[in-house]
Amino acid sequence: MHFDATSLEPLYAQIATQFTAGILSGAFPEGSQVPSTTEVARTYALNPATVLRGMNELVAAGLLEKRRGIGMFVVAGAQAQARAQRQAAFFTERLTAMVAAAKALGITQAELTAAIEKEYRHE
Amino acid sequence: MSELVFKNVTKNYGEKRVLRGVNMTWQSGQIYGLLGRNGAGKSTLMRIVNNRTFASGGALLLDGQSVVENEQAQNRIFLMSDAMLYPADKRIEWLFKLTAQMYGDFDWDLAQDLAHQFKLDVRARLGRLSTGYRTIAKLIIALCVPCEFILLDEPVLGLDAVHRELFYRALLQAYGTRPRTFVLSTHIIDEIAGLISHVFVLEGGQIALDEDLDELMAKGRVVSGPAALVQEWLSGVAVLRREQLGGMVTAYTLDAPLEKPLPAGVTLAPMNLQKLFIELTMEAETNGQ
Repeated sequence: MHFDATSLEPLYAQIATQFTAGILSGAFPEGSQVPSTTEVARTYALNPATVLRGMNELVAAGLLEKRRGIGMFVVAGAQAQARAQRQAAFFTERLTAMVAAAKALGITQAELTAAIEKEYRHE
Repeated sequence: MSELVFKNVTKNYGEKRVLRGVNMTWQSGQIYGLLGRNGAGKSTLMRIVNNRTFASGGALLLDGQSVVENEQAQNRIFLMSDAMLYPADKRIEWLFKLTAQMYGDFDWDLAQDLAHQFKLDVRARLGRLSTGYRTIAKLIIALCVPCEFILLDEPVLGLDAVHRELFYRALLQAYGTRPRTFVLSTHIIDEIAGLISHVFVLEGGQIALDEDLDELMAKGRVVSGPAALVQEWLSGVAVLRREQLGGMVTAYTLDAPLEKPLPAGVTLAPMNLQKLFIELTMEAETNGQ
C-alpha cells in the first residue's frame, strides 16, 4: 500500500480504496481479519483517526465488519460486492470523464466506439 | 475530554509584539501541527504553555484553570525543545530516571524499545551525543512521560530521513499505547501532512489557519486555466492568491466549488499543506506587516 498526502484523493479515501483493492485481489480474503487501525497508522505514519475514518467507510459499504474487542474482518461475499461497486463507479466516474475529454478534443462517438472495440480485440 | 484554550494570548519583547492575540483550542487525543515561519513565535507560544516564559496578556486555560504557575496543570504538560538543561557528564539512563521521578511515571518498556529501534546507547553521556542523537534522547523522553499534552518543538532537528521516519512511527506507537495530545512544530511540512489531523498556522502573531486536514484536502485546490474561465468558475469564492502569466491564471483556494462543472481547459491540482503554508505566509511578507 502507498499513501500520498499531496494527492487529490483525501487520505481516508485512499485507505478505503486500497483496502478495497486488497479485498478484490484476495490479499485480504473473505472472513479474515484485516490489520488494525493502530498497525496501519504506525506502518504508514498516518493519523489513526484518518485510518479509522477510511475503514469505517468500508464498514458502511458492507465490505468490513467490526467484531467487538477483536478487530475488523472481511465480510463473506465482500469480493463480489467490491467488484460490483467498482464497476458502478467505473461507469459513473471514469466513463463520464473519458467521454467528456473525448468530446472536448472533437473525437466522435463512432471514433471512440471503434477505438474501444479495437482495444477489446487486443486482449 | 480535556482541552487547552488560548484566549487572546499576547507576548511583547520590549517594543516587539511577537504574539498579537492568539486564539485556539487544543483538544485531548489529537495530533496537531503548529506551523509558522522562522521567528513567527511558535517556540514562544509553546514556552508560554509550559511556563518557561509568561504571556503579556490574555489567558491560557487547561480545563478552565489558568496554567500560569499552576503545578497541577503543568504536571499534565510536557515540552520538548532545543534547550538541553542537563549536565553533560550524566548518562541518558540517568536522565530517564530523573524524568520518571519528576513526572511520577515513565513508560520504561517503550523507552527501551525505542532506544533499541534508534540504536541509542542509554549508557552514553549526554555531552558526547551528536546533534541527531541528542534530539533522539529527548524525543524518547517526550514519548514516554505520562503527560496528556506533549509539545514537540522542532522534534526532528538534526535527524536524517530514516530517523525521522522512525520517529513518526514511534509517535504513533506511543499514541497507540496511550492516546494523548501531541503538538508538533516543524519545518518539514510534507512529512507530517499525513500524521496530523488538524493544523494551525501562526503568522503575523496570530492564528492564520485553523483547519482539519481532511477538510483542507477535500476543498483546497490550485485552479489553472484561461483567466476568464477561472474567474467565472471561482466567482463568489475566497481566493488566497492569484498568479497571472499572459492569459493563463493560477488561483489558490481553500473552498473550491467542486459541485460546479469544471469548464474544459481549466485544471485542478490538490492544495497540499506545504503549498498552502507558502501561500498563506508569503502573501503576508509581500504585503509588509
